[in-house]
Parts: sequence; structure tokens; C-alpha cells
Amino acid sequence: MMAPGNDRMRMLHDIGVMGFVIVEMNEYLDTHPTDKNAMDYLAHYVRMKNQAMKEYAMKYGPLRISDADNCSQNEWKWATQPWPWEGEC
Amino acid sequence: MWNYEKRLQFPVNIKEPNAKLAQSIMSQYGGPDGELGASMRYISQRYTMPYREVSAVLTDIGTEELAHLEMVSTIVHQLTRDLSMEEIENSGFANYYTDHTVGIWPMAAGGIPFSSTEFQSKGDAITDLHEDMAAEQKARSTYDNILRLVRDYPDVYEPIKFLRAREIVHYQRFGEALRIVQDKLDSKNFYAFNPEFDRCKS
Repeated sequence: MMAPGNDRMRMLHDIGVMGFVIVEMNEYLDTHPTDKNAMDYLAHYVRMKNQAMKEYAMKYGPLRISDADNCSQNEWKWATQPWPWEGEC
Repeated sequence: MWNYEKRLQFPVNIKEPNAKLAQSIMSQYGGPDGELGASMRYISQRYTMPYREVSAVLTDIGTEELAHLEMVSTIVHQLTRDLSMEEIENSGFANYYTDHTVGIWPMAAGGIPFSSTEFQSKGDAITDLHEDMAAEQKARSTYDNILRLVRDYPDVYEPIKFLRAREIVHYQRFGEALRIVQDKLDSKNFYAFNPEFDRCKS
């Protein structure tokens, strides 16, 4: 059975993987702006990451302010949840 | 305009403090080939870059470098957060501690403070892109040096290895950007005019 902390780390890991693909394709497209396959690939990952970011925001609080509409909590988790430099918590 | 995501680009979870390693790795935050200088270099150069694809490269890589200086700062923070007074005194960290306690402050491994003299924004597309390619290689060499120092510390090794790999990708992108610029210039003389200043456009 997975501890709640592990579920959070797994979601964060998946978001990290999707975020990496997006950064890499973004920079590639800057010098290859007519590569349609690369644009489709990037769009696919942007959709997946947006979905994952929404799910994370609902469970643990937003990772970016644009997901602050997905938090039903009665606390401003952006400020009260751990910061990235704290490491595993 | 920028947006922040409250996560690291690559995870950093260091269990044991180590002031000696922190002092070396700190250089990739505020040293001569560090991430702070890298970000400021690209973000400064983009305003007068006359080709939009190249401005895109400068903007996006300059932004990624901000995520890298956050990773380097995190590594330094996690290597120094639980230090005992004895460790501070015996590890050569006392000089830093005197001025900054264990706060994060941009300086080189040898103690020289961060300075904008460590990068250039020349206002000449060919010159700046050569500087950018050299900067990526200098940062790659520094990460290679750090990797030798941290070979027995996997928690530190993995994020440094990730950062080293990004230097190589960025070198590739800047090489492509230089080719985009040269393709738009006079192929008989790339230096016939400066496309960031002279008004005769191709």
C-alpha cells in the first residue's frame, strides 16, 4: 500500500516528466518552427500535463496560480504546502 | 511576464549535509559560468536580436536557466541546512558562514561575488551567439569538474548529471540559432553589417 506522501511524489514525478518533454520540444521548435510532428507531440504533452496539474491542485494544492481555481480547500495551500527546496517531506 | 511553477525541474533530495561540496557547487549558482549569469546573459541579449526564432531560443533557454539556478540553490541549501558548528569550523565553511550564516548568496567557489562582468550582451548577433555557445561549454566543463568531486554522493550526482546534459542540448540549440542568423546574412561576408544595429536589412 502506498503512503499518501508516495502518491504525491509519484504525481510530482509524472508532472516532471511531462514538463521536461515540453521544455525540450519548446526549445527544439524555436529553431525548427515548421516541424508539424514536433508541434503535435508538444500539444499532446501540454494537454496531458494540464490535466495532471489540475488533478494535483485538487488533491494537494496548486503548483501554479493558474490552477488555483481547482482547489476547493478552505486554506491557501500555495503558501502553506512545502516549497520545492525542502525536498521530500 | 513570467509564471512560476512550484516544483523543481529535476528532483533534489539530499539526506546528508556536506559543507565542502556545497562550497564547490555554489559556483554554478553565482560563479563565472553559473546559472545566474547564464539566465541574465540570454534574457539581456534578446531585446535587440532581430530574428524572432533566435529571440525565442534566448527567451526559453534564459527561462530554463532560472529553473537551473533554483536546482543549484536547492542543492546548496540541502547540503548546508543541518550543519553543526563543528562541521562549519572544520570544513572550510566558516568564511561563508560569517557573512551569510547558511543563507543562499550568489558567489563563485573561490569567494568572488556574482558580477554582471561575467557575461556579455554585445548587441551583435554573431558575437552574442558565439558567447552563448562558449558559455554552455564552460558550464559543461564546470559540471564535469563537480561530477568528479561528487562521484560518491548519488543524491548530489544525479541532479548535477541532469544539469550537465542540458548544457549540451543548449549548445546545440545556440548552434542552430547561429546558423539561422548566418543564413540571413551576406554569405560572402557575415560581417558586412551588424543586423542588430546597421539599418541595411537582408
